Amino acid sequence: MKVMAQVGMVMNLDKCIGCHTCSVTCKQAWTNRAGTEYVWFNNVETRPGQGYPRRYEDQDRWRGGWELNRRGRLKLKSGGRVKKLLGIFASPVQPELNDYYEPWTYDYETLTEAPLGDDFPVARPKSLITGEDTKIEWSANWDDNLGGTSQLGHLDPIVEKIRKESEDKIKFEFEQTFMFYLPRICEHCLNPSCMASCPSGAIYKREEDGIVLVDQDRCRGWRQCITGCPYKKMYFNHKTGKAEKCTFCYPRIEVGIPTVCSETCVGRLRYLGIFLYDADKVTAAASVPDERDLYQAQLDLMLDPNDPEVITAARAEGIPDDWLDAARRSPVYHLAKVYKVALPLHPEYRTMPMVWYVPPLSPVVDLLSDQGHDAEDADNLFGAIEALRVPVEYLAELFTAGDTEIVTRVLRKLAAMRAYMRGISLGGDPEEAVAASVGMDGERMYDMYRLMAIAKYNERYVIPKAHVEQAHNLEEMGCSLDFEDGPGMYPSEAFGEASGRPTPVAVENFYALKQRQTTGGHAEPGELRGRVNLLNWDGRGVPRGMFPEQDNPQMSTDSPAHSGGASGPGPDAAGPGPDAGGPSPDSGGPSGQAGPGGNPLESRP
Amino acid sequence: MTDIVLWGVLPYVMVAILVGGSIWRYKYDQFGWTTRSSQLYESKLLRIASPVFHFGILAVIAGHFFGLVIPQSWTEAIGMSQDFYHFNALFVGGIAGICTLGGIILLIVRRRTTGPVFMATTKNDKTMYVVLVAAIVFGLWTTLASVFLGEHGHNYRETVSPWFRSLFIFQPDIGSMAAAPFSFHLHTLVGMLLFAIWPFTRLVHAFTAPFHYLFRPYIVYRSRDIGNAPGARGRQPGWQPVGTRDRDRR
Repeated sequence: MKVMAQVGMVMNLDKCIGCHTCSVTCKQAWTNRAGTEYVWFNNVETRPGQGYPRRYEDQDRWRGGWELNRRGRLKLKSGGRVKKLLGIFASPVQPELNDYYEPWTYDYETLTEAPLGDDFPVARPKSLITGEDTKIEWSANWDDNLGGTSQLGHLDPIVEKIRKESEDKIKFEFEQTFMFYLPRICEHCLNPSCMASCPSGAIYKREEDGIVLVDQDRCRGWRQCITGCPYKKMYFNHKTGKAEKCTFCYPRIEVGIPTVCSETCVGRLRYLGIFLYDADKVTAAASVPDERDLYQAQLDLMLDPNDPEVITAARAEGIPDDWLDAARRSPVYHLAKVYKVALPLHPEYRTMPMVWYVPPLSPVVDLLSDQGHDAEDADNLFGAIEALRVPVEYLAELFTAGDTEIVTRVLRKLAAMRAYMRGISLGGDPEEAVAASVGMDGERMYDMYRLMAIAKYNERYVIPKAHVEQAHNLEEMGCSLDFEDGPGMYPSEAFGEASGRPTPVAVENFYALKQRQTTGGHAEPGELRGRVNLLNWDGRGVPRGMFPEQDNPQMSTDSPAHSGGASGPGPDAAGPGPDAGGPSPDSGGPSGQAGPGGNPLESRP
Repeated sequence: MTDIVLWGVLPYVMVAILVGGSIWRYKYDQFGWTTRSSQLYESKLLRIASPVFHFGILAVIAGHFFGLVIPQSWTEAIGMSQDFYHFNALFVGGIAGICTLGGIILLIVRRRTTGPVFMATTKNDKTMYVVLVAAIVFGLWTTLASVFLGEHGHNYRETVSPWFRSLFIFQPDIGSMAAAPFSFHLHTLVGMLLFAIWPFTRLVHAFTAPFHYLFRPYIVYRSRDIGNAPGARGRQPGWQPVGTRDRDRR
């Protein structure tokens, strides 16, 4: 037994309202750069829907993930090593930009600079790839909220499959349809096929926490990982020519704070914690012959952190005690293995994905309440789960390789929890029979309710810090007392400011925000230390470096003699005349893309 | 004098730039060391042109090895006649050369006509393409010209090849090379220019051809140790940090 720790995530889909906050904050943090305009490390899909990139689940076409060969051994679906190398000069099945979408911006300048005329000026969409006018035809969430589903709904590979099996059961008439949101990040798989596809060996799994990363220095842009990943969560940065992917916000995880997508999740539906698993058994688990056994095989890989044998083995592997403690309190372990309500996404790809999902009960609940039934009554819910075959089949295709029994069992648990807690809220006696009907007792039911419905911050996120003894190994140095009182406390190193190790950005943000929210005074922009971090800027003053160096004399405040040009008045007196308002703040070009100074994280491997 | 500079000095200068430049680039520009693939923008033409070019040029490289490194006396010793050799060189080499040329022309046309691909083309790329195409065209010319010149054209295995081999023992056989016709001189010079600019262009990706993929394990584990991250200083010799090292890894 070789025990390893893995940071995992569970998303409770019932709580997702499809607001895309996770996507937006993730994009702001990681992919707001040239070359990654089309890239969403985190995206939220409306299901049924085609997803992003379009129809990525159609593995007959995209050849992602693993399959079993004739001898029952794992083999990359896109081919073995020799075949991969022979196909290296033009990756045979790589998605093109059109399969994602062509990113665009708008020509906002026209709005302010158009000459006076009879018509209102419009900001035309411009392609961020060619710079030309473009027609917006698709995006990462174009079919949001079932938009266009009546025309395009049949293109969802899962709908296609279910329909083929059962002649037109999923109808897209509005009143009969169902809908839920599926937020997706990289799965940080135990058996990643992107990694296996990489000719350079640049993709690696971190021993300590299982986060899968791309070594930007070793990636040579062979693009095989993009084909290899069945979730299409590997992206090609077309400016740098390197592959990029979700980083699980490792700089934040290392200092014990949640990922950006989790931290900003409005519905508080994400759970973070660690799993302990047996690394020696991963290949065997991924090779079980029947696809429908993959969920159970993966579940069996997860080790019980209370088992003394596991604890001994984990210690022997050098996993520290506070990590073992975190594993015992891990919300993801509880949801996946103790309550068994979380399921992995597409286990049939055989990659052993480590972002799990609690399937949504809401399609059932919605339908019941729409029809005027009591949607919190256990019997009604149980009956409806049995009756609503289509949502259940759809969920089964997503989470259990088509095994409806497992999905039904999970949904019944969620329904029982709903009914059981409703009974308590209404002041009645807890109905133990309801809990017993799904094989639980009242106490566990309440614990599950507390974790899933109350979901306190400290219970949702149990993230052990990377160890201080290893601080010299950390990509982002751990918190120390220097940061305790906020951004004023940075010590200068021997050679003055900016010498020595840089302050970890995640830590800086975290404490700066905390200080700003709790302090009575102003957060001084002077404390930004020359680097522009808009998160820390409270709007007072203009920090150095926010705008590009000024070569426009009109903007200069210390040389008023030059200001105004022919129009005379200085910048302070610049009147309301349309051309006196001249100096435009974006004289440095469209710097909003990369941000002046850029994101300091982006250059890290 | 000119011959000494061209065939006695330039080759070594070229090698110095190639080796030194590659080492420098490898040390300081790992991040820029990539194929800079444009497949994301356009895939249909690339899927034909790129393999044709790449497999073509691999065959061309093999042909160069055969012609330059293996002495004529060796092939004759195993009973390969000059006729047979020449036919092969012309036939196989010609096909490979034409594939290479056709492939790169198609790639350049694609690069010029596909908007996003053209926008992603740097001056560096353009310069490189000029030199690369010139080297291919002049090389193909030396091969095809042999059809029209004399019985077998010029037998470069008596001039260019001995000179090439002599370079490795630092006794450049300048006389032999000087005796070769102009077309060979031109091809060799452009070739040397190509190798000299090689480390500074996108061509470097060829030096990291991923043959080790055939042998490495599928799953790669790595500790988060970043001793070799850019800008990071490795662990310094001296005192160990005080405290319990509870995650000491073997």
